[in-house]
Amino acid sequence: MMLNRKKTGQAPRLASLVALTAAAALALTACGGGGGGTGGGTSPAAGGDQKITFIPKQLNNPYTDVVLGGGKKGATEAGFASSQVVGPLEASASSQVSFINAETQAGTNVIVIAANDPDAVCTALGEARSAGAKIVAFDSDANPDCRDVFISQVVAKDVALIQTKLISEQIGGSGEIAILSATANATNQNEWIKFMEEELKSNPDYKDIKLVAKVYGDDDDTKSFQEAQGLMQAHPNLKGIISPTTVGIAATARYLSTSAYKGKVALTGLGLPNEMRPFVKDGTVKEFALWDPAQLGYIAAFAGKALTDGKITGAPGDKFTAGELGDRTVEEGGLVIVGPPTVFNTENIDKYDF
Amino acid sequence: MSETTTPRSDAPAAAPGPIADSSKPLASEPKGRTGAARILASRDAITIYALIAFLIYAAIAIPRFASPVTTGFLLLDVIPVLLIAMPMTLIIITGEIDLSVASTAGLTSALMGVLWAGGMDIWLVLAISLLAGVAAGMFNGFLIAVLGLPSLAVTIGTLALFRGLALVVIGDNAVANFPKDLTAFFTSKLGGTGIPTVMIGVVLVMLFFGILLHFTPFGRGLFAMGYSKEAATFVGINVARSKFWLYVGSGAVAALAGIYWTLRYTSARSDNASGLELAVIAAVLLGGVSIFGGKGSIPGVIAGVLLIGTLNYALRLGRVSDVVLITVTGLLLIFSVVAPSVGAAIREWRHTRRVRRNFSRTTT
Repeated sequence: MMLNRKKTGQAPRLASLVALTAAAALALTACGGGGGGTGGGTSPAAGGDQKITFIPKQLNNPYTDVVLGGGKKGATEAGFASSQVVGPLEASASSQVSFINAETQAGTNVIVIAANDPDAVCTALGEARSAGAKIVAFDSDANPDCRDVFISQVVAKDVALIQTKLISEQIGGSGEIAILSATANATNQNEWIKFMEEELKSNPDYKDIKLVAKVYGDDDDTKSFQEAQGLMQAHPNLKGIISPTTVGIAATARYLSTSAYKGKVALTGLGLPNEMRPFVKDGTVKEFALWDPAQLGYIAAFAGKALTDGKITGAPGDKFTAGELGDRTVEEGGLVIVGPPTVFNTENIDKYDF
Repeated sequence: MSETTTPRSDAPAAAPGPIADSSKPLASEPKGRTGAARILASRDAITIYALIAFLIYAAIAIPRFASPVTTGFLLLDVIPVLLIAMPMTLIIITGEIDLSVASTAGLTSALMGVLWAGGMDIWLVLAISLLAGVAAGMFNGFLIAVLGLPSLAVTIGTLALFRGLALVVIGDNAVANFPKDLTAFFTSKLGGTGIPTVMIGVVLVMLFFGILLHFTPFGRGLFAMGYSKEAATFVGINVARSKFWLYVGSGAVAALAGIYWTLRYTSARSDNASGLELAVIAAVLLGGVSIFGGKGSIPGVIAGVLLIGTLNYALRLGRVSDVVLITVTGLLLIFSVVAPSVGAAIREWRHTRRVRRNFSRTTT
């Protein structure tokens, strides 16, 4: 009996191995047969059948959706035959690679990517480029060796200066102000705050403005709310608050709108129009700023078009026209700047949805 | 097909009294499907058919799928799952599980990054990283085999522990400047076939575990353990020692996967390979391994891994959203678990009917 069973035990195993080998062989022959020239060297087709694909950090992110909306619009206006959006559901380092590979194989002319990890996507982008694709990084840069241009939202200094300008206008050019930031070691915010402090010191227009406090709400809604409350108690003469973070400005606006300080203490900073709309309408906030994410995607599409058409190579000094937004110049390191931040107020806030 | 190596409910030995008449030759006893029919209808053969069917479909219906480029990208994508699935198959066959594999790979990756950034020789870095994986496996093995703790609880713990250690080791940093020759080797292809060079190593690992499971007494013991640990102990199988070495093997292979991941993506990070354990277990179950232990085979699992990998790749090439992709994978998995249970229920019912009939025949 044992012998008998042993025998029947071996046979199916071998059969399975054979079947598997057959499957593998089939896969390979299928490849050999239909292959042809689909691999590398798909030359960028001239004219109307150019394809562009956007690969965001992850799908289903409200901010990303606005960026991609602008990208789609730009792609159509720039004259791409088709524009696609593919991407991972989670923003992990390596999750974008297989999407890049699939695009390489699909012979896409322009890949626009917001890299989750500047180096993890590098090899795959390299293969895409050698297959003829142009790479535009946006929002978050890939390693400069693996992309043609990088579309950056704004210059850090512009972001800082527009906030000091707004607060100065709102408090009439004199008085005490405070800054409610994100975390104490947030790279972006600290850079902006540094520029703001320099500007307040050096610009004669701001000589009567005094920065009395810097507090940190850690980009936590509750903590920011409490910090705003604390600022009011600690500095009774406070005339304005700058909050260069979307979480901070929304929480501060919520505190001010329900307190006695509403309309008396000015608030500005960087905020999302959808979150700030009620506070702009009820008069708590007069004006605030943020770059328009849609413009980022829009310009990326035009940069991609200029690259595939051979009008620019990504070298410093190259110029291209980005549709209704006008001309843009490639700067040192393949950098393209979208432009100054947009200022939102009662008149224009309803035009934006993000 | 593993079911043939262990007693089955409808196999002669397990049949109840009235049938087991020692005076009759074995061949005349009633039994289930035999020979070709049985092989061709076995659980893992079905996965292989599904793989072949899908490959044919994709080659015809999906533009650009039939190309050596596909072979290359597809295999590069599935290699980590394929590697880890090998020891995982053996572990699940014994009725245990190892959820810490992806974290072990992440820890290996983090360690590689820190050691390389610290200026160590790359070969020494690779050796130490591999040893770290072995150590991680030994830790699991000690808790599970020596202390006898349940593997589910232990490896959920080490899943968090090893990922935490990875964060301690490398923090939020990423190390990317690995030697160009080495990273290029990890994405290089064998001539014009599109098959990645590293597949040679992967095939060796697959052969090792395939032979270990199907052609050695050790492997046979694993099936026995999956059915009944007590019975396995009584027939002289050292259950604790077998389990210990399985986890060591699992740790070592997870480390290999971590090294591959780091060099393929040229990025050593603490979050590398996160969530991979679920992809591995899904592929193993789809490949016909029973989550209750005792059943499964390496060829089936390889087909399972390739099936999920091909599905993913084909859908991606067709620009189908990842949402659809994970839904499809989930449904496939549920189907693969439910189908054998339904099949088993039907077999059980037919077996009972046959026994009843036989019984009534012998008594009348």
